[in-house]
Amino acid sequence: MSMDLSLHLPILQVIVPLLAAPLVVLLQPRNLAWAATVAVCLLAFAIALQMASRVLLGDILYYEVGGWRAPFGIALQVDAVNALLLVVVSGAASLAALGCRESLFAQIEPRRHPLFFAAWLLLLAGLSGMLVSADAFNIFVFMEISSLASYILIAGGPDRRALLAVFKYLVMGTIGATFYLIGVGLIYMMTGTLNLADMARLVPEVADQRPVLLAAGFITVGLALKAALFPMHVWLANAYMHAPHAVSVFLAACGTKVAVYVLLRIDFSLFQAGNLDHSIRFALFLMPLALLGILVCSAVAMFEGQLKRMLAFSSVAQIGYILLGASLLSEAGLTSSLLHMFNHALAKSALFLAAACLSMRFMDLRIDSLAGAARQMPVTSAVFVLGGLSLIGVPGTAGFVSKWVLITALLEQGEQGMVMVAIVLVSSLMAVAYVWRTLEVLYFKEPAGELKFAEAPPLMLVIAGSAALLNLVFGLMPAVPLALSQQAAQVLIGGAP
Amino acid sequence: MVIALCLLVPLCGAPLIVAAGQVSANLRETVTLVTASALAFLVWSLLPEVMDGGRPELFAFSLIEPLEIAFSVEPLGMMFAALASGLWIVNSIYSIGYMRGNQEKNQTRFYACFALSLFAAIGIAFAGNLLTLFLFYEMLTLSTYPLVSHKGDQDTVSSARIYLGVLLTTSIGLFLPAIIWTYHVAGTLDFAMGGVLAGHLDGPAVGLLLGLFVFGVGKAAMMPVHRWLPAAMVAPTPVSALLHAVAVVKAGVFTITKVIVYIFGVEFLFSVPESSWLLYAASFTIIVASLVALRQTNIKRLLAYSTIAQLSYVIMAAAILKPLAEIGAAVHMVAHAFGKITLFFAAGAIYVASKKTELSQLAGIGYRMPWTMTAFTIGALSMIGVPPTAGFVSKWFILAGAFEASNYVAIATIIASTVLNAAYFLPIVFSVWFGKESAELQQNDHGEAPFAAVLALCITGALTILFFLFNGPLIALERQVAAGLP
Repeated sequence: MSMDLSLHLPILQVIVPLLAAPLVVLLQPRNLAWAATVAVCLLAFAIALQMASRVLLGDILYYEVGGWRAPFGIALQVDAVNALLLVVVSGAASLAALGCRESLFAQIEPRRHPLFFAAWLLLLAGLSGMLVSADAFNIFVFMEISSLASYILIAGGPDRRALLAVFKYLVMGTIGATFYLIGVGLIYMMTGTLNLADMARLVPEVADQRPVLLAAGFITVGLALKAALFPMHVWLANAYMHAPHAVSVFLAACGTKVAVYVLLRIDFSLFQAGNLDHSIRFALFLMPLALLGILVCSAVAMFEGQLKRMLAFSSVAQIGYILLGASLLSEAGLTSSLLHMFNHALAKSALFLAAACLSMRFMDLRIDSLAGAARQMPVTSAVFVLGGLSLIGVPGTAGFVSKWVLITALLEQGEQGMVMVAIVLVSSLMAVAYVWRTLEVLYFKEPAGELKFAEAPPLMLVIAGSAALLNLVFGLMPAVPLALSQQAAQVLIGGAP
Repeated sequence: MVIALCLLVPLCGAPLIVAAGQVSANLRETVTLVTASALAFLVWSLLPEVMDGGRPELFAFSLIEPLEIAFSVEPLGMMFAALASGLWIVNSIYSIGYMRGNQEKNQTRFYACFALSLFAAIGIAFAGNLLTLFLFYEMLTLSTYPLVSHKGDQDTVSSARIYLGVLLTTSIGLFLPAIIWTYHVAGTLDFAMGGVLAGHLDGPAVGLLLGLFVFGVGKAAMMPVHRWLPAAMVAPTPVSALLHAVAVVKAGVFTITKVIVYIFGVEFLFSVPESSWLLYAASFTIIVASLVALRQTNIKRLLAYSTIAQLSYVIMAAAILKPLAEIGAAVHMVAHAFGKITLFFAAGAIYVASKKTELSQLAGIGYRMPWTMTAFTIGALSMIGVPPTAGFVSKWFILAGAFEASNYVAIATIIASTVLNAAYFLPIVFSVWFGKESAELQQNDHGEAPFAAVLALCITGALTILFFLFNGPLIALERQVAAGLP
């Protein structure tokens, strides 16, 4: 084994936050704990960027923990499909930790800070672990780590209603994880392996495909639940709304997307290749739900009165876009799906960061109560404008690029695709309505009394502003995420694990 | 290089205006005027090259392979950019008089958004493909929204919501699908002489795609997507002038003309009978909007409906699909701009000086505001198309094109609408000069509006007449578009 660190990047991605978590608990002055957390998140981000740049050049990073050969040892793999998401996850963790410093200090009891930050790093480790694992059972283990950490984080704020929300989330999340485990168990029963590559090789050879089909059903439903696919999204809105703002930023950017990744990875490598009927069932299950989710949740968001809850419903609608692209089972569709994971993370993190900034001055974030806030908080409002435009998909923003790719993919489907294009466009208009409602209140509604407060703290503004600008940067120069998404779609369609 | 500067000047002007606004109002307005003059200078400096048949190009970057953000200056865009940048100077002078005279709030936001909307307008004018055009088209909608809702009260905000709602709904719901459809069948979105769709599409699909474009470009205000224009009348008058003359509606008809000439191709559309509905739809809008205008009692609403009718003139002229008519379409954009901006400036000057907004209050006002009302009269005559005004020139070309095509629907529409235009403008002109002020109105003793406003409307009034005399270069420029048509 060489000591060249660059060979160990896949395991470092997980092990750095995992090992840092217990150490952070020991750091007492809260600024120190925060600084250590940020440093670890940024380190993870740097690792993810390094790996993404190598994957972009065509490498596949394969790693066997402890040098034990798969299928006996644990294998990790980073290719185009997960490289981009690793960047999203570690980037969101860094942005949220950096950009919500004051908000966190205001919301979390001081004595709990080290524990909170430990859970933060565990969530990062769990999500990264789900992404890099090339082994179905390890995915489950990391899924549990990330879930437990996110329960702690969501309930960690001052809002007591978060407890009920998190309990709902816990019940639903556990059902989802259990379904996944049942599915994996069935496959293990039929093939005797947990390694994804091995499974992919052996599943088509299984004589009786019925347990495989059952496993596919369990895994798809379980992960769809975790991904908050409509109508299995009920846990999400309250969890995002009552969570501390920093946690909302982190989870909204990447929480459910990792589950979508696992769903795509397992489904395309294990089930679609061997079983011709499966691809139809997969599409028939996802497509109508995705379309319904896009329409219903966009409509709900139009009438939501609380800012974060509105954004949460918009997130469920966006998950619909992501799964709609995937349900087309075409290369263009998968490209749009993966690209939208990235672009939506950009838009939503900017919007939730703006919400965090607003929350420094407005306690409950009811949309009506934000009247005239733009006069006192011009930067925050500008961030909200940019994030909102990207969410709508106005040209020049990141959201437009993925919508364009999605619509192009839908048009390849012929007449059926035209109907779906219409639905996507209608929901874009709904996005206009719900984003604009907030902007109007921010900019044009007369405040009830004299507004006397300053902008959010400078660090929060800088980070929120950079997140907003990223939407423009990747709206005008989408080449890198687009290339990675295209590579990823080819990998998935090719059926390689 | 010059193209990049044309885009950068108004884009950088906006933050400079904001910064200057922190210092003093005088500095802010100086920055506005300097920015406007610099932009006009740059745009006009492109003119000789385009007149000589050159097509300056600028490649910015590629968005999604093979789609790119690119710019290319051709005669139509050259004309639109020259018009918008030139009128921005006059409009800024007017704005200074109007906004100060009315003591409006948030003037810095006003001037900054104005600069941004000019940035978008120049982007539309110079766009080298449909995607670039769409990008700036949406930017224009968004940057004019704060201008329309400038007053900020409940009434204004709900009208501005209609403005934004109609424009974004049509552009996302119809225009964008039309662009994607075009890309899907033709494999390119570049503007090319003779169009890109010939051979890729035929039959009813052509008519449908044309419909998506025409109604998707809501800024052209074809009925039934015209509602936003009367709603936007809540804006301050300089904004109305921006909407009606400088940028917004012109961007709409410009886009449609450009789509007809460079995406469909005139010859191709002529060969597809399913596309002929456009002419009838435009005629319908001209007649109906004129009839609605007859019944208006508010000055600005009357002008709004008049604009709707005049815009469909451009669309109808383009839809005649004959060389002379295409020239007429282009010339009418300019002619209408001069006339309509004069009328709006006059309406705003009346409001600043006397707070009058209704037609019935205008009796005898000509003697209190002789300069303003002289300009108003010139503008009204140009709308009717009486020589020696700009409106006559474009009507001449459109009629000539209609005769060339033996298109009796178009000829009848032009005659009918001329009569209707005369029917709603001449009584106003008559009462302004020969009517008697009621005793009640005599209490309101007022003179002319502030000097800057009067100066601006005199300039545009003079331009309306001068265009009648000196239109040679523009027509020579637009002949390039029509060159090679049957």
